[in-house]
Amino acid sequence: MTYRPGQRVRVAARAHEGHHRTPGYLKGRTGTVERVHAAFRNPETRAYGAEGLPEQRLYLVGFAQRDLWPDYRGHADDRIYADVFEHWLEEAE
Amino acid sequence: MSEHDHDHAPITNGDEPAAAARVRALEALLVERGVIAREDVRQGIDWLVSRSPADGARLVARAWVDPAFRQRLLADARAAALELGLDPGPSPVVVAVENTEAVHHMVVCTLCSCYPRALLGPPPDWYKSLAYRSRAVSDPRGVLGEFGVVLDDDVELRVLDSTADIRYLVVPRRPPGSEALSEDELATLVTRDAMIGVAQPAAPAAVES
Repeated sequence: MTYRPGQRVRVAARAHEGHHRTPGYLKGRTGTVERVHAAFRNPETRAYGAEGLPEQRLYLVGFAQRDLWPDYRGHADDRIYADVFEHWLEEAE
Repeated sequence: MSEHDHDHAPITNGDEPAAAARVRALEALLVERGVIAREDVRQGIDWLVSRSPADGARLVARAWVDPAFRQRLLADARAAALELGLDPGPSPVVVAVENTEAVHHMVVCTLCSCYPRALLGPPPDWYKSLAYRSRAVSDPRGVLGEFGVVLDDDVELRVLDSTADIRYLVVPRRPPGSEALSEDELATLVTRDAMIGVAQPAAPAAVES
């Protein structure tokens, strides 16, 4: 496990050809690790018939709505939480 | 497709939607290549349509009446389901999240239609619609309002986008006026939409008075 709850992380902004489970609206965005899940097989290779190994650690990451949408209305603490695989995360300052 | 030179039934069917034709074509190919059998498909559909929100509702009602069970449900929903004799389904991990006076959760899958099918049954059509999947993350309070849920300004809204292997189940708040109800009666108040987080259970009028 590379990241810990409470740690700030950034979702990689890279493009990816083919199946992957990192939504575009979160790429390049910075959030906070909320939970550390288990490791799971990698959908990016599993989708094409491979075993999806090695398994990748999965993290629940929270993002402030106001960081995602400039004109977001609502509570300042409203957040989106998404599950992001470790190889899509980078340490953020 | 050069190997595809034998006869079989047409794989399009009049005015059926393009997606249905695509699924039929995929199924025919997978069967033809020996990846799956027709029986696997039938059993999968049988399993899915045998699931219902009544199972999720049993979990929620037990959590409302039994604080120790509530803690176990929030810690490990799969184990909690097994404890009640429910089928939590195959591999995906189920995580239960609890609505409180201060925090409201709602669930979406922006990438497709991930959903705790084992405990809630098939997802509603709107859950799979592009409109819900996009607006649930960009304007969740607006979406909730259209479902008739208006959150107080000081309630924190958490949208869970189930992007990978985890399936999320919302444990709604027990409604006021339900104190006298039995666990079985409470379970009837817990709707599918409440466990997605787009509705709040209400006590029957007779109980409120």
